[in-house]
Amino acid sequence: MATIVITPPRRFSLPKVSDLWEAREVLYRFGARDVTLRYRQTALGVVWVILQPLLTALVFVLVFSKVAKLSFGGQPPMVFVFVGLLAWNLFSGIITRAQGSLVSNRDLVSKVFFPRMLVPLAVVYSCLVDFLVSTVFLIVLLVVYGINPGVAVLLAPIWTLMIILLASGVGLVSSALTVRYRDVNYFIPFMLQFLLYASPIAYSIANVPAKYRVVYDLNPLTWLLQEFQWSFVRQPVPPVWEIVLSVVVPVAVFLGGAVIFEQMERGFADVI
Amino acid sequence: MAMMSEGPSIAVSNLSKTYRILRREDRDTYAAEALLKKLRPGKTKKVEYLDAVHDVSFEVAWGEVVGIIGRNGAGKSTLLKIINRITAPTKGRIELGGRVGSLLEVGTGFHPELTGRENVYLNGTLLGMRRKEIRERFDAIVDFAGTEKFLDTQVKRYSTGMYVRLAFAVAAHLDSEILVVDEVLAVGDSDFQAKCLRKMREVARDGRTVLLVSHQLQTVSDLCDSALYLDSGHLVLHGTVEEALEEYKRSFARAAPMLRDAAFRPGTGELRLTDVAIANDITKPGEEIVVEFTVGASPGFGSRFHVSCFVNNEDGMLLAQCDSRVVDFWLDPDTDTSGRLVLKTPWLKPGAYTVDLFVYAGGHATDIWEQACHFEVLPVTPYPHPTTPDGTDRGVVFPDFDYSQT
Repeated sequence: MATIVITPPRRFSLPKVSDLWEAREVLYRFGARDVTLRYRQTALGVVWVILQPLLTALVFVLVFSKVAKLSFGGQPPMVFVFVGLLAWNLFSGIITRAQGSLVSNRDLVSKVFFPRMLVPLAVVYSCLVDFLVSTVFLIVLLVVYGINPGVAVLLAPIWTLMIILLASGVGLVSSALTVRYRDVNYFIPFMLQFLLYASPIAYSIANVPAKYRVVYDLNPLTWLLQEFQWSFVRQPVPPVWEIVLSVVVPVAVFLGGAVIFEQMERGFADVI
Repeated sequence: MAMMSEGPSIAVSNLSKTYRILRREDRDTYAAEALLKKLRPGKTKKVEYLDAVHDVSFEVAWGEVVGIIGRNGAGKSTLLKIINRITAPTKGRIELGGRVGSLLEVGTGFHPELTGRENVYLNGTLLGMRRKEIRERFDAIVDFAGTEKFLDTQVKRYSTGMYVRLAFAVAAHLDSEILVVDEVLAVGDSDFQAKCLRKMREVARDGRTVLLVSHQLQTVSDLCDSALYLDSGHLVLHGTVEEALEEYKRSFARAAPMLRDAAFRPGTGELRLTDVAIANDITKPGEEIVVEFTVGASPGFGSRFHVSCFVNNEDGMLLAQCDSRVVDFWLDPDTDTSGRLVLKTPWLKPGAYTVDLFVYAGGHATDIWEQACHFEVLPVTPYPHPTTPDGTDRGVVFPDFDYSQT
């Protein structure tokens, strides 16, 4: 039996991958708990998961297509918007649920030892289940509208993974900040609402005037959304630099988030 | 049987834990506030440091049951939290010869909406069990708890007793080499407590190590092979249980006068007791005990607060807890307020008693005044027909009882 040594944390500490691996079961149990609770508490759990993006898509189609008369890359607005929302809901779902996760699991954090990072990370499970349910519905939509996504659809899992990494990185930092500061609760929903409209979710990037384009190009979500639209609804292939950055940035954000979380973690039990 | 390493099971060397305490007005609860203060240099925060654990070193051998005793705020719980890796030390080093299991809080992580079965898996995993271990012990756990019929019922429909039994059963089947127990014996019925005690003896017989924090000195002396006595973060004594208990009692007598000064008392300090007095410090069994107290004003503190009062006997055993919440008594922090506690039962046995007072606001103890006052009960019996001492000398208190033929 190996000896466990406890020493004060160093000024800068990296997350211990071996500890995380050791506790992977905890991640799974948390995830399973969230999924069970989500689909048990509301009898119509699955229905809600589809209905919510569907209704949102309907409203967006009404506003952005019928009122604002924006274009949708030559595709039926309904399908185009649903693809965008699919990616968006995964992104915002992870951040929203991760953000409050430490505070709502206060008891665990102050009473049991396990890598705290697993609490915000475990929300990915339930968000991913929602995502998969919606994806099944998307496939139905594609069939109904007779859209064949082509081979680009095979890349969709990669974009999905990148969205998860990007959102988890942000989620880790915001969950740690929420322990300490209350106004993070107000800031995150605001930021998400802002991004919802400032990203090409409910309209094609082609609608954006050239002078604002650079602002859009700086937004990692723009890259990932374009890739999603490429994979599902036959949109043009995004530039190579976008594809490269859309992998590099999420990985960097995730690792950065994990490192920042690790620095803030040591004080949790004393503050929470 | 757990695998044990050579050498001591726990080796703690020069361990310290320092908390930084910010005064209430210096604590930033908003990120915007913190950011503004960063931008405006010059104004430094007043930071106070509290040594919760100070330069503590000790070793524990395998198979030993060690009690940790000390007054409130002596650092017992902090020490256990560090050993459990819930909080990190500031200095020093701990070497543990195996996995640490904790009974710090039975049922932590139980979720009311999940079924008994799901909770066993979730809780077991949190306590550090592998899926395979839980599966192997699942039947034993359920059997121990006696809840097989309700395994697929959500635990929110469980009675408190069932809930506690199931939670304890999970913890009890944790096969860690070191077991850490904090005051769990204070909760649950006597049946449950007996079960806990039996389990701890079993663990020690297995050659594993138990660390036990308790206010119930009786438990410590019944169960432990040795004891650590902590006082304001310092390890004063590591020796036999008798020595440690003796030191503990002596420290009470020493500390009492000093604690009249609020600066020496633990608690967050927003609300402090300014005066505590006992109306009648020599009384007879069955007479009312009246404790009068005053809490200093803390204008702007906001929320109302409550108090609690403990009565302890000479052995340090806690006999009565009088929490003002249970009788819906709350105080207002805007002015100095005085209150009075009238304790009618139990009838206390002859001897010396001490009274501890606590002030709680917003879930925190703002003042902890142990030994705030003491009183003596004269050696007479409260019963109408006194008999020889063997008729009344058992038990901790005199019960108020009657017999009649039916």
